[in-house]
Amino acid sequence: MATTDNRPLSPHLTLYRWQITMTMSILHRVTGVALAVGSILLVWWLVAAGIGPEAFEQVHWILSSVVGQILLIGWTLSLYYHLCNGVRHLCWDAGWGFEIKTFYITGYAVWAVTLILTAATLWVAYAGGAP
Amino acid sequence: MSFRTPLGTVRGLGSAKSGTGHWWSQRLSALALIPLTLWFGVSVLQMSHADYTTVIVWMHTPWVAVLLSLFLVTLLYHAYLGVQVVIEDYVHTEWLKLASLLLIKAACILLGAAGVFTALRVAFGA
Repeated sequence: MATTDNRPLSPHLTLYRWQITMTMSILHRVTGVALAVGSILLVWWLVAAGIGPEAFEQVHWILSSVVGQILLIGWTLSLYYHLCNGVRHLCWDAGWGFEIKTFYITGYAVWAVTLILTAATLWVAYAGGAP
Repeated sequence: MSFRTPLGTVRGLGSAKSGTGHWWSQRLSALALIPLTLWFGVSVLQMSHADYTTVIVWMHTPWVAVLLSLFLVTLLYHAYLGVQVVIEDYVHTEWLKLASLLLIKAACILLGAAGVFTALRVAFGA
């Protein structure tokens, strides 16, 4: 399909003025892919539990390392972001929230809820402060 | 009333070749994942300081095995649908695109099978 090579491509990312909505859109994809990779760990953890105590301890040992902790925190953030922004996407699919002002309000709300839920989760996980 | 020509209706399904099926499946699996993920997340968080036995006892509960299996299948289905779109958008070399899609599909099926098998095996007490 050589003739299609020079067609203009949309969106023109180099031309657009930066907006928070574009970052949120691409982050939905990035976090989605990150979570897909994270599902490998999830199944690995589960399968290790099925194999026996030694395998399970091994997974926990890796997860409690610095790299493991960074990955888990990253996945926690990604999960809450993808979950909250996913609900935002479902609202759009239902036809709600297309006014520009609403775009921004729901966008900032996604960030706020993501950060609050992540902080709460980390608090429970590290401080053991289960309510 | 449809504005499509009969030929258009027969060919029917637009540039995606499968109509709105993919889009709809992605939305439905997303909707199902909201409660399933919250349930799984809260459960795991409650066990974040628990030992091996606690996790196994949890997995031994019948309704946990059911929800866990449903969660894994829905999650990996949703993950496949999502990664598929990303690959289709960014990989333009035909053989590489096909190979990546098959690889991701195989990986998701393998992870799902391993996860569900484990959930059932522990639930049935092996």
